Amino acid sequence: MSVTGTQAGGATVKERAGLALNNDFLRKAVKFTTERLRNGKINAAEDHGNWDEWRERGRQIRLHTIAHLDYYLNLFADNARANGVNVHFADTAAEAVQISLDIAKRAEAKTVVKSKSMVTEELHLNHALEGIGVEAIETDLGEYIIQLAGETPSHIIIPAIHKNRYQIAELLSADAGETLAPDTQVLAGFVRRKLREKFLEADIGMTGCNFAIAETGSMVLFENEGNARMVTTVPKTQITLMGMERIIPSWSDLEVMATLLPRSATGQKLTVYMSGITGPRREVDADGPEEMHIIIVDNGRSLQLGDPEFQELLNCIRCGACLNACPVYRHIGGHAYGGTYSGPIGAVLTPALKKNVAEWDDIANASSLCGACYEACPVKIPLHEMLIYLRRRKLEAGRGDKMEALGMKGFAAVMSNAKRYGAVLKIGQLGQKLVVRDGGIRLKIGPLKGWNTYRVTPSLPKESFRQQWKTMEEEIRHGLQDMDPAMKDRMEQIVKDRAAGKGGHGHHG
Amino acid sequence: MKVSLFITCLSDAIYPRVGEAMVRLLAKYGVTLQFPTVQTCCGQPAFNSGYWKEARETASTIIAAFEDADFVISPSGSCTFMIHHYPKLFEDDPVMLEKALKLQAKAYEFTQFLVQVLGVTDVGAHFPHKVTYHPSCHGSRLLGVKEEPLVLMEQVKGLEFVPLPFANDCCGFGGTFSVKMSDISGAMVNEKSEHVLETEAEVLVGLDMACLMNIAGNLRYRDKPVRVMHLAELLYEGVKGA
Repeated sequence: MSVTGTQAGGATVKERAGLALNNDFLRKAVKFTTERLRNGKINAAEDHGNWDEWRERGRQIRLHTIAHLDYYLNLFADNARANGVNVHFADTAAEAVQISLDIAKRAEAKTVVKSKSMVTEELHLNHALEGIGVEAIETDLGEYIIQLAGETPSHIIIPAIHKNRYQIAELLSADAGETLAPDTQVLAGFVRRKLREKFLEADIGMTGCNFAIAETGSMVLFENEGNARMVTTVPKTQITLMGMERIIPSWSDLEVMATLLPRSATGQKLTVYMSGITGPRREVDADGPEEMHIIIVDNGRSLQLGDPEFQELLNCIRCGACLNACPVYRHIGGHAYGGTYSGPIGAVLTPALKKNVAEWDDIANASSLCGACYEACPVKIPLHEMLIYLRRRKLEAGRGDKMEALGMKGFAAVMSNAKRYGAVLKIGQLGQKLVVRDGGIRLKIGPLKGWNTYRVTPSLPKESFRQQWKTMEEEIRHGLQDMDPAMKDRMEQIVKDRAAGKGGHGHHG
Repeated sequence: MKVSLFITCLSDAIYPRVGEAMVRLLAKYGVTLQFPTVQTCCGQPAFNSGYWKEARETASTIIAAFEDADFVISPSGSCTFMIHHYPKLFEDDPVMLEKALKLQAKAYEFTQFLVQVLGVTDVGAHFPHKVTYHPSCHGSRLLGVKEEPLVLMEQVKGLEFVPLPFANDCCGFGGTFSVKMSDISGAMVNEKSEHVLETEAEVLVGLDMACLMNIAGNLRYRDKPVRVMHLAELLYEGVKGA
């Protein structure tokens, strides 16, 4: 299934990141857009005025829904069926693909127009449709560009984020058979004209789903280009693919999500188009599909249910804010992650959906654990902690590096005993004389190679703090001041409050 | 009141001057720091890499070292936040879990202690230099130490504060990340240094010597004479010079 893994070259995250780091076009393009998006998000959150409270509301809605997912999924399916929708459940990617292909065959489809859907990317559905002779056309501008380039999205909501205007003009010019100016209006104008024909020709419209409303069996799409409206109204048959966790209980919950998602994704107060679709075309409707299918996809999601460390992963609303905030994504872009989902959410979701298989072991190392993802997340998923859990699970599964394990054993042996630690420190203070020049270490060998390629390592001073402590302590006791009584009272009050279970300070993670 | 210093292994071994500045500055307020010499490292390198058994062995020394302290203060937001991970680390051991929770409740990062506990915002320092500040991720984002250092710097006479562009972006240290993913880490620290140089500040301050060692190491690699110091050092030097 790792078709996407090969696209950026390199078998490991490290190798793929190496390629990205040497690609100045990519790095500039990714920096430019992620900066715009994350600043937009910060401003939109400030403008909102009550952001943290709404984040908590969003989190609570998601926690509640996922805790009762079986109930809400059944409610959704029952209501959607009552609306005339064909509801299918797919346990695996292969099943979801098969259901889609069967529908396409029955409809004798030649072309499918698609609005943006990460689930169909996860299933590699376009490839499967091609296999039975059905042309799948992406109609989101960014996705259309990526399809022309023969690539996969490098961002959850901005699939072509890694390309600049000139590269896009080149791709679209080849498609048009004439030279198009690298001007956003000209390029978008060309795609709009071209896609009009495709919408009219298509036999099937295929979409993802931002939120599925359990109380009415409706599905809701957020978009900015209007293409999802065309996809869901023009073709006779509609197929919606959704991850099983896309559910929310009610339309009033959607209000919270509609506040959180666009602001977090792009800094927009509202998405340009928000479509709620409740069943196929009725007699009184002017347009809409005659036949509608919703395929609810598991594909590893249910593995997180009941897992205290990973269940919250299902709370994700796919806004991409964690990608835009991530300093690692900023430098390496999305393809380096090697999976359908990139950035911090991808680094956790990809191995989690695949039962943490060894293939994805190194992805959890591509993070400095800075927590920017957690801070940006509109539903507060602790991705920075999940990355640590992934690293631990890899070791528990016996796939750790032997040298590293030995090193960590040594670390624990030294650091769990102050005497041993003090002895090792002394050895270091003496031994470093061989390598220190001008107060620093510049050698690029062994474990210092990577570090010293970018830095000078400081040398150890003659005496550590603990070696200086005795003298320092004597000096201080000698000239000690009396403590201000007010200060003393404050400290005593804090200790009292603490004993009474009050207070507590500073924990945001 | 027993206030104990949790020096952290990095400041102990490489930057004892930071511990000294803390000790001497707090002594001015009548705070006599205790230094339990049985302390070692918070265990973060092992914990973050997934070696929780090893992390528990190390964490146990910290828990034991500070069992009888009323306040534990440290020059690192990251190592202080590591203590907040201890309850998770010992969740299956009720005895240790209780001790871990007790330690967490009394663990403070240095500026947190100065501002929140002692109520000090003006240490009476004079430091006539152009200064920029890098807020380390764990201290600012996870521990929530955002205002304290800014408030303290605001009161320093002669200090010209220049905001650091993209200040909240990680410097790329990330512990073993800087070794395992050295090129990504290198790209991150390169960008951080460029932002520091853009400010034309003479001094870069922070609250975490690991991040500062990373940035200082990169600045030195470029032969840039920016002085890199912990805020405790800046304040103490400013008090001596006032």
